[in-house]
Amino acid sequence: MPGVALLVFREVLEAALIVSIACAATHGVAHRGLFVTLGIGLGIAGATLVAAGAGLIARLANGSGQELFNAGVLLTAVAMISWHVVWMSTHARELAQDMHRIGSAVKAGSSSLTLLLAVIALAVLREGSEIVLFLYGMAIGGIGAAGLIGGIALGVAGGALVGFALYFGLLRIPVKHFFYVTNWMLVLLAAGLASTAARFLVQGNLLPAWGTQLWNTSWLLSNGSLPGKTLGVLIGYDASPAGIQIVFYAATLLLLAAGMRRLHRA
Amino acid sequence: MFRQRFTIRHLVSWTVPLLLTAAGSAAAADPPQYSLVLKNHLYEPAALKVPAGTKFKIVVRNDDPTPEEFESTDFSREKIVMPHSSIVVYVGPLSTGNYGFFGDFHPDTAKGRLIVE
Repeated sequence: MPGVALLVFREVLEAALIVSIACAATHGVAHRGLFVTLGIGLGIAGATLVAAGAGLIARLANGSGQELFNAGVLLTAVAMISWHVVWMSTHARELAQDMHRIGSAVKAGSSSLTLLLAVIALAVLREGSEIVLFLYGMAIGGIGAAGLIGGIALGVAGGALVGFALYFGLLRIPVKHFFYVTNWMLVLLAAGLASTAARFLVQGNLLPAWGTQLWNTSWLLSNGSLPGKTLGVLIGYDASPAGIQIVFYAATLLLLAAGMRRLHRA
Repeated sequence: MFRQRFTIRHLVSWTVPLLLTAAGSAAAADPPQYSLVLKNHLYEPAALKVPAGTKFKIVVRNDDPTPEEFESTDFSREKIVMPHSSIVVYVGPLSTGNYGFFGDFHPDTAKGRLIVE
């Protein structure tokens, strides 16, 4: 059971961090709970499908199907987040006028909710498919139902707890700075996802690395540690990135920062 | 002002060709290949010698009836290996040293390291 709980926790944590930021960024929008629930549900259904088709995905693109699939999911999420951030910037005027009512700027933003739903579904799909494959293996390996269910419950609860902590932490940000902070968190999240997508493409020999191990800060914070993994999701931390990851990260950051400048000019 | 005019269109205009060029040069000569086998949730060999300073590929074959994830946080790779099948992962160039890898689904037993020299 501890093994099950640990793996489920790590995967749920990664998805929960993304869900929390997406939720905070659309705080106060009507029907948001429904969209979040729907997003998670679609994600779980998608994860099961992806796990069932894992053999097929693996054989695609001369054996680089997994890398292409992961990069595709990640870059789609990056596009959705970018769309949201730019959408926010084009609605800067309403945002500035109605700052005292959090969420009023996005109250008419059904498009924004759909984006949120998609980002959540993609995050759950990616981490969830690994959980499904792992649990399938555990079930074949003869783990008892009690161990399986107990492990899942512990892992999901632990991951969700950290997600809620982040969400309620974000809600404490003063109203005046709220969307500024959540938008920047979305930008950093997107930059990190783009960097991870680049890493997958290098792993599948679909992109050149442009230098591996540009630096190595594993001694300070390793990718495998819990804080390392958490920062990996939140700001795209990588202890030893390839050059192309920096390019993807910086390009996303610059593009979205340029988009957000419009928010402040209005 | 220049800084305000330097926006999305400008960035796209140079990043996209840059990335396309990159994609074209990715598939160069086929790098050397090294093999790992997963059996009873153990890596065989548990220590794999590879050359420093050159890109190489690792073929991981899973002889177990359960899925595994070949993963390394030291050299940042992760890939699912389905039961009774193989995957290829491109790694490096790495500098000399020891780099751990593991099976994410059985991290207690499936452990190994790359000895880069």
